[in-house]
Amino acid sequence: MYFESLNAAWEMAGHGPFVWSAYGITLLVIGGLILIPHQRARQAEIALRAEGERESYTDAVARDAGDIDAS
Amino acid sequence: MWTLIHKFGSPPWFYRFATTAIRWLLPIVLVALVAGCVWGLLYAPPDFRQGNSYRIIYIHVPAAVVALAGYYVMAFAGLVSLVWKIKMADTAMRAVAPVGAALTFIALVTGSIWGKPTWGAWWVWDARITSMLILLFLYLGVVALYEAYENQEVAAKACAVLSLVGTVNIPIIYKSVDWWYSLHQPASIKFTGESAIDASMLYPLLLNIGAFYALFALVVMMNMRAALLERHGNAAWLKEVLG
Repeated sequence: MYFESLNAAWEMAGHGPFVWSAYGITLLVIGGLILIPHQRARQAEIALRAEGERESYTDAVARDAGDIDAS
Repeated sequence: MWTLIHKFGSPPWFYRFATTAIRWLLPIVLVALVAGCVWGLLYAPPDFRQGNSYRIIYIHVPAAVVALAGYYVMAFAGLVSLVWKIKMADTAMRAVAPVGAALTFIALVTGSIWGKPTWGAWWVWDARITSMLILLFLYLGVVALYEAYENQEVAAKACAVLSLVGTVNIPIIYKSVDWWYSLHQPASIKFTGESAIDASMLYPLLLNIGAFYALFALVVMMNMRAALLERHGNAAWLKEVLG
């Protein structure tokens, strides 16, 4: 490490607040960039799965009703 | 080339490709970003004139470089969407715009923070900075234009035209530091000839440029995959994939 201590790395001879805040903001933006589409995809998948289950349930009910009618 | 465009134009093929690619890219991006940032922040030597404030370069330059390159990707997707009416190209254009805007935002904010200890000002109406601000507005314009139209086809056309017209700005940004007297320094890394930056400072920078390119690819694919899931909910291939 270039700095003698973590404290020195934090302060960076007076430039610490500038450097760390720049990295902090970047981290937040990158985190958002990755998390937002991840959440979007997850929610869409959950909705599609639920829809699929509903459809297969409706199909099964219709089939059962058909069986009853046939008998 | 045509086969490739054709493949990328197929939602089922792209969905499968993106799902696998995202799985591989995510850890690569995270490891490369952490390594590049730690290297730049803690291990690279300070600049002899700027001291430690220059360490912002390791996020500022990669974000700016990829924001500029990303615009070409968006404009190319716009062209393909406009000329060949390939819907996936429209999806790609839509996926790139917010990523480009975020990267431009990072470049502007980190540049502003860097400017304070270096130039003594948070903001100056310098040619490079102003043209980057226009780039941010172009990206945001594409995002907003999509939301403005109910008709998706008209929206795609308008966005494609806007992104193509906006390409005029890109060479201006590149050349702004040479054409005008500018506070912003000219490029230190050169493809031809020796770079004006020492290897100990250059390697972490190159690593982070690579990491930001990979991040761009990752997030664009994640956005496109999410859009496919939302749009093709009723498609048989998607039901098959989801099981």
